[in-house]
Amino acid sequence: MRRALRWLMAVCVVVATSTAVYAADLRPLVQALGSGGYSGTEKALVQLSEAGDPAAVPVIEALQAGDLYVRKADGTVVIARKAGDAFTLTDPLTRAALGDAPAAAVEKIRINNSLRRAISASLGALTLMSSDAGVRRSAADAVFKSRDASALETLTAAIAKEQDKGVRAAMEQARAAILLTGEAASKMTDAEIQAATDTLTARGDRDALVLLNMVAGSGASDTTKRSAAAAVSTLEQKLAFWAALQNLWYGLSLGSVLLLAAIGLAVTFGVMGVINMAHGEMVMIGAYTTFLVQEFFRAHAPGLFDLSILVALPAAFLVSGGVGIVIERSVIRWLYGRPLETLLATWGLSLALQQAVRSIFGPTNREVGAPSWMSGAFELGGLTITYGRLWIVIFAFAVFAALLVALKRTWFGLSIRAVTQNRPMANAMGIRTARVDALTFGLGSGIAGLAGVALSQIDNVSPNLGQGYILDSFMVVVFGGVGNLWGTLVGALTLGTMNKFLEPYAGAVLGKILVLIFIILFIQRRPRGLFALKGRAVEV
Amino acid sequence: MRTKHLTSSFGISALAGLAMGAMASFAMPAQAADDTIKVGILHSLSGTMAISETTLKDVMLMLIDDQNKKGGLLGKKLEPVVVDPASNWPLFAEKARELISKDKVSAVFGCWTSVSRKSVLPVFEELNNILFYPVQYEGEESSRNVFYTGAAPNQQAIPAVDYLMQKEKVQRWVLAGTDYVYPRTTNKILEAYLKSKGVKPEDIMINYTPFGHSDWQSIVADIKKFGSAGKKTAVVSTINGDANVPFYKELGNQGVKAQDIPVVAFSVGEEELAGIDTKPLLGHLAAWNYFQSVETPANAEFIKEWKAFTKNDKRVTNDPMEAHYIGFNMWVKAVEAAGTTDPDKVIDAMVGVAVPNLTGGYSAMLPNHHITKPVLIGEVQENGQFDVVSKTSGLVPGDEWSDYLPDSKDLIADWRKPMSCGNFNVKTGKCGGKGS
Repeated sequence: MRRALRWLMAVCVVVATSTAVYAADLRPLVQALGSGGYSGTEKALVQLSEAGDPAAVPVIEALQAGDLYVRKADGTVVIARKAGDAFTLTDPLTRAALGDAPAAAVEKIRINNSLRRAISASLGALTLMSSDAGVRRSAADAVFKSRDASALETLTAAIAKEQDKGVRAAMEQARAAILLTGEAASKMTDAEIQAATDTLTARGDRDALVLLNMVAGSGASDTTKRSAAAAVSTLEQKLAFWAALQNLWYGLSLGSVLLLAAIGLAVTFGVMGVINMAHGEMVMIGAYTTFLVQEFFRAHAPGLFDLSILVALPAAFLVSGGVGIVIERSVIRWLYGRPLETLLATWGLSLALQQAVRSIFGPTNREVGAPSWMSGAFELGGLTITYGRLWIVIFAFAVFAALLVALKRTWFGLSIRAVTQNRPMANAMGIRTARVDALTFGLGSGIAGLAGVALSQIDNVSPNLGQGYILDSFMVVVFGGVGNLWGTLVGALTLGTMNKFLEPYAGAVLGKILVLIFIILFIQRRPRGLFALKGRAVEV
Repeated sequence: MRTKHLTSSFGISALAGLAMGAMASFAMPAQAADDTIKVGILHSLSGTMAISETTLKDVMLMLIDDQNKKGGLLGKKLEPVVVDPASNWPLFAEKARELISKDKVSAVFGCWTSVSRKSVLPVFEELNNILFYPVQYEGEESSRNVFYTGAAPNQQAIPAVDYLMQKEKVQRWVLAGTDYVYPRTTNKILEAYLKSKGVKPEDIMINYTPFGHSDWQSIVADIKKFGSAGKKTAVVSTINGDANVPFYKELGNQGVKAQDIPVVAFSVGEEELAGIDTKPLLGHLAAWNYFQSVETPANAEFIKEWKAFTKNDKRVTNDPMEAHYIGFNMWVKAVEAAGTTDPDKVIDAMVGVAVPNLTGGYSAMLPNHHITKPVLIGEVQENGQFDVVSKTSGLVPGDEWSDYLPDSKDLIADWRKPMSCGNFNVKTGKCGGKGS
């Protein structure tokens, strides 16, 4: 009853103040944004936000977007948008057009991190009463982050009239955050404190943990601290469980990257027995093909940029595959059955290819953009899953499945297996072995090119791209068992997961060393890897 | 069996021949002529470091070209001698020897990584020549034959930490670096500095990763976890080169915003950002002594000239380029003052030389062979440039021996006569100590 009364009073106060400031003129405050450097802008912003007038929202949004400028001639604050070489000016409050101005006549109001924080806080406080539920939701989240005590009254009023359950929950969490961390905490009853900590515990994410930790370590009353500490331990247990799952996901994701990098090698090295040190460069060529395709899209069809990756896939397969076939026909076919020479020749080739790319594209990294459907992340329970990684996992498995089908279910696959198992017999049966060799090498290289498309999303597109993956690829193929695709799959996933579980405890450097030691010991026990091929094929 | 060995050794030598041929073709043949002064350029044009060092070779060619247009030096033309040490540390020493003994260069501008500098150091001391080293480094060194035009830790790392402590009120620190000498030494200095400022050991997390580390998922998750202890957290990054792009991509993907956990980097400049979509990185920081976005007439002129020289409107400028600009102009001034290119005379003439830098002031060579510089903190903008949010009011003199490490705090370097010592111990009053 007491709480309800207090809310009612708060609502009255908010209504009263908001009508009062509505009349106030925002003009001098907006004008003040343009002077006094970062601190001057921040001071004006706080005042603008405290005025509580929603009319200020577009001005603050323009400031956030970097569209707010000062006209040098008279010091007026304007919204300026680039139109060709000049800027089109509008009045920030009335939206009236103010004509054009050359770039030299206006100066941007610059913002730094502390201003960016203040902007999200004031936007949050000002848009809590918005008619759009999505806006109210992000406003509540912004207030949760800023814990701006001046937003408390508006927040309480907003909760009272909020209909949407999800938004109300977010608002109540924001309110609990303000109450627990602000000065109000000392005046609250134990039950209220408990209710607020419960609200945060129910939120159950890392942000809530930050707040509870803050409360537990602050100068709050003993009751508050005790209740926060209890909530922290509950939350930490829950988060530890999710952290283990998250690690599993990271392992799967690293494993799928390893799988992608290694699967082409599983064909050239595993099936054909060619120690191909230039495999990494096939991956690199695939990544550069992606870059070229994207450049083409940027120049000719910027609207279709999101599709560029899909076009890059076949392009990279064909380019890398083509380079692979040329290499096989020109170098490798003379060296079959001589592993040491093959190793040296392909290593030389890898250096040559790297330097060639460096000469053509320059030594610096090239920017490969992420299409919108591969950017960002989503939450699944307590897991954060980034779209880019998710697509790479899916893609790796798709490539694996496709390769498996190609090798086991097609005539081409049949001839590959026939040639690698018994070359003279295959020849006698009328299979053109030389052609099959070239195509097989091309297939392996083409798959490396596909890996390059995926890796361009997470790694540098530089001439050195391939070097980082060649060692890991060999490790996966040898560990999984040479000549066995399933071995490559299991090997990649095992090594990926192992690496990710070791990393938090041993660190990235030691983790990698431990994995290498494990493989050395494993190979001692099982020289043929996880899934050894049996039968006569092994002896060839 | 024998034939197999024969063919394999043939394969090796053929390949080695190929590789050597390829390398030799990068070295420009130097003509012996008395009317030129030769300047060595020792930057990797191939291998992993080519990404950073090629630009420095280009800027040196531009500076030399410029000086020649102004009439050369001492009435002679300057002639650049470019060699390619191919990101191979022992090869740096070999190429340095070749430059000094065979090509008879008067000074060398070069090196990027500390390990390459350590590898050429004995060569320069033995053959008594001059090296200008343009990259920010970990300090703890001062040689008579080397001029350090990049930042020492007190000209980059410590001001950056101060900025975060004062302006962003950071209380918890992640020191993340690549596992080699520069990050390890810098982090040791920073750790000692933070502890001297009252930061508790449990509020410092130190993390090292291998070169070229590309899977940052769990480390970024760790940073997020470390940052959820209820205190403002920041990351101080000494992550080097190629590993930065995937690191920043992962930060963006996992939604680590600069407003919540800012990352301040010491090895990320305009060149490194050229390979990334910088929208998610808005507001992350870098500390340097120069940014391309600095608005001074000298800088505008430099950028214009650079774009014209490279015939590429998109080329960016960065801090080590400014260091070469300063170093080269200092050398020119010292040679003019000495009236000769004889290394001993030039080395003596160098101390005290002051030339304009690109940020609107003068940089002077100190007796410890380091220079005075302003320290700038910049925030990443959407266009891949930095917006300067803080600049030291005066110039900061480079301090080679850190005051925060127990075994170097009593050391100083002064190459003026009569001291002429790179590691003078002020406690014992003797020359010699760490690094001797």
